[in-house]
Amino acid sequence: MERKPLALTVLDILSALSLLIATYLALFYAPTEAVMGAVQRVFYFHVATAWVGLLGFLAAGFAGVMYLVRHDLKWDVIEGAAVEISLVFFFIAIALGSIWARPVWNTWWTWDPRLTTAAITELVYLAYFMLRQGIEEVERRARFGAVYTLVGAVSAPVTFMAIRLFRTIHPVLFGASSEVAKGEFSLAPGMRVAFFFALFAFTILFVDLFWHRIRLGRLAARVDQARLQAG
Amino acid sequence: MKPRAPFLQSVWAILWKDLAAELRSRELFSGMFIFALLVIVIFNFAMELDVATRRSVTAGVLWTTFFFAGTIGLSRSMAMEKDRGSLDGLLLAPVDRAAIYFGKMLGNLLFMLLVEALILPLYSFLYNQNLFNGGLFLVILLGSLGYAAVGTLLASMSIQARTRDLLLPILLFPVLLPLVIGAVKASGGYLSGAAREEILPFLNLLLTYDVIFLSISYMLFDSVIEE
Amino acid sequence: MIEVQRLMKRFGPKVVLRGLDFSAHAGEFVALLGPNGAGKTTFLRILASLSRPTAGVVRIGGYALPQEAAAVRRTLGVVSHQTLLYGDLTAEENLLFYARLYGIEHAGQRVKEVLELVGLERRRADLVRTFSRGMQQRLSIGRALLHDPQVLLFDEPYTGLDQDASAILDQILRTVAAQGRTILLTSHDLARAEDLATRFDVLSRGRIVASAGREALHHSGLLAFYRQALEAA
Repeated sequence: MERKPLALTVLDILSALSLLIATYLALFYAPTEAVMGAVQRVFYFHVATAWVGLLGFLAAGFAGVMYLVRHDLKWDVIEGAAVEISLVFFFIAIALGSIWARPVWNTWWTWDPRLTTAAITELVYLAYFMLRQGIEEVERRARFGAVYTLVGAVSAPVTFMAIRLFRTIHPVLFGASSEVAKGEFSLAPGMRVAFFFALFAFTILFVDLFWHRIRLGRLAARVDQARLQAG
Repeated sequence: MKPRAPFLQSVWAILWKDLAAELRSRELFSGMFIFALLVIVIFNFAMELDVATRRSVTAGVLWTTFFFAGTIGLSRSMAMEKDRGSLDGLLLAPVDRAAIYFGKMLGNLLFMLLVEALILPLYSFLYNQNLFNGGLFLVILLGSLGYAAVGTLLASMSIQARTRDLLLPILLFPVLLPLVIGAVKASGGYLSGAAREEILPFLNLLLTYDVIFLSISYMLFDSVIEE
Repeated sequence: MIEVQRLMKRFGPKVVLRGLDFSAHAGEFVALLGPNGAGKTTFLRILASLSRPTAGVVRIGGYALPQEAAAVRRTLGVVSHQTLLYGDLTAEENLLFYARLYGIEHAGQRVKEVLELVGLERRRADLVRTFSRGMQQRLSIGRALLHDPQVLLFDEPYTGLDQDASAILDQILRTVAAQGRTILLTSHDLARAEDLATRFDVLSRGRIVASAGREALHHSGLLAFYRQALEAA
């Protein structure tokens, strides 16, 4: 595993390229939305990054289960990588969501159930890292990480439903029934291209980053092992 | 020779042991109770409210108090096992690990209910609000159950980490959110005499949370205490 | 009674036990010696079913670990340097608690017997936190004997005991050994084990490197044997 695999390099190039294309599509190709104006373009990246966050979330949950079943530390590396990526991308998605919300609804935070659940999940991720940091022993750290990942994974959908229920009682935005207020708008064909391509580009980016991060994790584990043997 | 001690007997033995020990030392209970009392008093001064507004935040204040005081009980309950190595003692016995979970969980639940049972009349007394409400009691039971269910699992992990006391609330509160929403809204509903249909969805939420997290905690407990 | 083959235990990248072989017949009293960090406690924890082996075969009383752990637990009694007792309960309550966990019938009667065996009958109603270290250790042994285990594991039981307490512990060990149980005792203190054990094994760097019966040591002496074993490893 010393040399970086060719496939990964290809993937790097592919990600960079598709990101460029996606940016062009989002910023120039897609028509400007009538009501919200230019800021609506944020939407393409907002959804795409949230999508990556979700992919990471699911991957982490899966890796957690696999570790508890197999007790193979490689799943622990995968899980940590997935959580990291999800953490970063959910954060970007939330930030973009705020940037979008401010000019459109005159508020930074809309308490939208999906975004709020993402924010809570960020807290779960941070707790996850704090938990791992507080445990020296490798096997136990992996085990606890997996357990907490599963607890977090199960709580996310429940949290989403709870917030949605809460929100039906407390709508934040006036005229929340209007389409614009809910952030809905119909996608013109040009927009559709930009939207789906953004999803595609970011999915490739996800795989690319995931692969890189897993490699990094494995290399770090090998360094630890070498250090132990030398010392 | 039966391979395992009977399940219920083990659960009861562990529960009894926690109760008996606590009766003697009263460490857990007094810690939780005094903390809860302080929180309530602080709330009073931190938010100087007129009577009507205060009534509307009662549910929130109560539950915030319970959740924070609860972490003290959870931590100490599990720390008691770890520090003297008695967790090993439990693991050495031919006892189903799930029995250990339920024994500890029920102990934690009981202590929480005890503290709540004392705080409620105290709050009523201090703020002249009648909290004697069957619906409220139900919500407190369901909410505390969910709390104890997840809390016992997470506390077993946090006490094995270096940063133990700091870690438990950080681990617990993000995943507790649905319970918070359900408990506060349902309690508030009962206290303000809201219509049944308004309260029911939140009760439902509480029940769902309890079932889900009780199951998942009991299944994952093994992985946390066994090496 | 105890059979261990090619036992390996690793914690992440760190390997603590590497291919350890060990066996003990019924009635043997084995003293397990070795420097700190050799893996004695890890080995004992695996035998006690508190830790899972990474690889290898472990059988106690015919039952395999970790698959038949519950059956193994019935056959085992463990005394470690931690007391495993609850300070806020009385001696009697502590034993009753464990008796319930082991599903022992006529628990009250059995608890009484055990208290007499370890000489704590008179302090039965006293809180364990008022006990001296020596008394706590004695009660801990009582706890380990409640379910009449065929195998006893002692991990550094003399830690923190003064002369008198150690002497009492010696006596209890002698009694217990005479009852035909299989005993494995770890100690980094050679003097303690000398009189009691029938066999001496040395554990170094994750493996048993030497083993000698009592009679074989008459000439060379225990210390010499131990030093030699460590050097050869």
